[in-house]
Amino acid sequence: MTAQLPDHAENDEHRPDQPELPPADGEQPVDVAPEFEELVASTHTAAELDPLAEPVLTVENLKMYFPVKSPLLRRTIGHVQAVDGVSFVIPKGGALGLVGESGCGKSTTGQLITRLYTPTGGSMMFEGHDLATISLKDMKPLRRDVQMIFQDPYSSLNPRHTVGSIVGSPLRVHKMVPGNQVLARVQELLEVVGLNPEHYNRYPNEFSGGQRQRIGIARALALQPKLLVADEPVSALDVSIQAQVVNLLQDVQKEFGISFLFIAHDLAVVRHFCPEIAVMYLGKIVEIGDRDSIYSHAHHPYTQALLSAVPDVKQAAIGGRRERIRLTGDVPSPVNPPSGCRFRTRCSFAQEICARHEPPLLQIGPRHKVACHFAGEVGQHPVRPITARMLGEDDTGHPDDGTSRLGEAATAVGYTDTWFDLRSQTIVTGGRKDTGGTSMTGENLPPQA
Amino acid sequence: MTTTPSRSSGEPFLVVENLTVRFPTADGLVQAVSDLSYSVELGKTLGIVGESGSGKSVSSMALLGLHDRKSARIAGSIRLDGEEVVGMSEDKLRRLRGNTVSMIFQDALASLHPFYRIGVQLAEAYEIHHPKATKREARQRAIQMLERVGIPQPDRRVDDFPHQFSGGMRQRAMIAMGLMNDPSLLIADEPTTALDVTVQAQILDLLQDLQREFNSAIIIITHDLGVVAEMVDDVLVMYAGRGVEYGPVKELLTHPEMPYTWGLLSSVPDVTADTNARMIPIPGNPPSLLSPPTGCSFHPRCPHIHKVPGDLCRTALPELEPGPRGGHHLKRCHLVDPESIYETEVLPEIAPDLAEAGGEG
Repeated sequence: MTAQLPDHAENDEHRPDQPELPPADGEQPVDVAPEFEELVASTHTAAELDPLAEPVLTVENLKMYFPVKSPLLRRTIGHVQAVDGVSFVIPKGGALGLVGESGCGKSTTGQLITRLYTPTGGSMMFEGHDLATISLKDMKPLRRDVQMIFQDPYSSLNPRHTVGSIVGSPLRVHKMVPGNQVLARVQELLEVVGLNPEHYNRYPNEFSGGQRQRIGIARALALQPKLLVADEPVSALDVSIQAQVVNLLQDVQKEFGISFLFIAHDLAVVRHFCPEIAVMYLGKIVEIGDRDSIYSHAHHPYTQALLSAVPDVKQAAIGGRRERIRLTGDVPSPVNPPSGCRFRTRCSFAQEICARHEPPLLQIGPRHKVACHFAGEVGQHPVRPITARMLGEDDTGHPDDGTSRLGEAATAVGYTDTWFDLRSQTIVTGGRKDTGGTSMTGENLPPQA
Repeated sequence: MTTTPSRSSGEPFLVVENLTVRFPTADGLVQAVSDLSYSVELGKTLGIVGESGSGKSVSSMALLGLHDRKSARIAGSIRLDGEEVVGMSEDKLRRLRGNTVSMIFQDALASLHPFYRIGVQLAEAYEIHHPKATKREARQRAIQMLERVGIPQPDRRVDDFPHQFSGGMRQRAMIAMGLMNDPSLLIADEPTTALDVTVQAQILDLLQDLQREFNSAIIIITHDLGVVAEMVDDVLVMYAGRGVEYGPVKELLTHPEMPYTWGLLSSVPDVTADTNARMIPIPGNPPSLLSPPTGCSFHPRCPHIHKVPGDLCRTALPELEPGPRGGHHLKRCHLVDPESIYETEVLPEIAPDLAEAGGEG
């Protein structure tokens, strides 16, 4: 490591054995900007969904409860239910976006997948291993495959280490390359992320925010991971730099076939990067689906409120503010979440059943699931709960023997070929109506049902 | 309570002319703001947009005389209701701050004192400018303002400490503090950047309601063009300490004429955008203000520099002058026909749907 300690970075330019460097920032040639056409060619359009991709990570019913201790007796007096029964699938080479307000558990979910926390319950299947229960010793080789990019490029890089040592340390820890080749590999990585490879002996403080985020990305790429958890990777950056980093992430995704869990609160960036999106509220996924289902046909009142809250540049042509769904109040405490549907305290459609029963995450389209008793597009929310009969209840949430309960058919992890069609109120298979009608015991259900 | 200050001249309430702010440092003179001019009328909102380090906040702090007299070199003129602020005595400035002009800061947690109750901090702002007011009156005023900004149970929450408030409530408390003395000019420096979108929408609603009620002038400093599109009347785009484009919001955002503004527009995706739209970054990094680039300060990052004949962009600083679309829309750029470049080259990449519709919003 000492071999890489710099004489001092400022002396770089005067060293005879070094090729000539651009003044301070190696990121782009400083004097001439690329022509607009070149610039456009180096960017990506929104990522597309590959519906046939195999899952790389299957998360099922993941839970993380943090104990709340009483100050005097140090007894556990409650739990912060940060993540409470989250299930999703990340496809190989794809990207799943995780959005929600602060405190909804999206970052905790990311930290669980990288096993920075040990989950309270649930499973996370990654290449035949359950990351939720695996011992830390057995986890170590898997860490190569699951890496993380952090939000704040200022606090996630050790200020007293050089870039070479920061990017090289995963290589050394996991013995990816022989010791004498670490430097060469580091330089290669720096080049991949668009930094000057000669800058390996500089310290983080010599780089701008965007460049530091590139260092963080180089470090995550060092182990050639299969899955990258990106926790708000662009939130701390200036707008003009955000686009650079998003394009870089799309570059590496295409080049190395990496799968992403992309956590962010910026709905527009997530929409660009992720063909599939999960919306979280208070530790639970309330809606999950492909881009079109979420952004154009959102069925959950919370997703609709989130989307309508985003200020829109196009509004300038019309003037004034856009009509929006207003959410009142704050997110309730996760120590003591509301009964039934957790969103009901801020939901304008909430009725008795919402307090009694938690709505199941019901598949309502080929790649669209929603957890709401009154799911519907804006202005088309049903008057009667769609879920009542499935839960074996009447419309107010009281038990009703006249109905049959729905099995796991429409609520399994991932997506199935059968789903509950809202318009006809029946289970349909791949777009055609199941002959069983509302009986919900048709031959298309999984054998165990 | 609302008192519209008497207008001593026919000009807008706030006029900034050729404002230049420089800071001498060990490394040389930092030219934070150069030759900046704009104006805001009562009841109107100006949006100032730009990257960090473009001089947005520095120029606004000058309006309150917040720069250290010893270290900052300020030239030009800032007239508030006809009165010159540059060079004003500290006494007079103190009467201005929090009274005629007040400021809402970005980070509400850092701007509220953690050891004092919310109510006490609010009341202080009132007492300073109303020496005859009793403690009780000031407290009543604090409760009244907390209620106005939508804090539930203001008579109880007034005795809370800042940490007992959520992020959105703290920002509301900050706004309440800014409004204690019915200011005629409110400067909101990134008022919603640290907040979630749903809370951001609430705060923006609040600012708009309050403006309608008090008819104050507002300056919103932000980097979010969506906020600008929905909130402001005029926009000033800043780059490297200078205004580079200035005009009414509708005009400027539908027919931007400066490549930096195009870059800002193309760097942020839109929630309703076509999925064929690209996120086109602005290459490189913002320049150092110690030694700004020669000529147009955007030229090292400008992807359209090749369309200007000769070395003009590198050698000559363009004036901030009316573009081809007329007198209200000013731009600082050498490009001769920016409109056609925007419509034929930029728009099809960043908003294919709009370009097909004919480019006209």
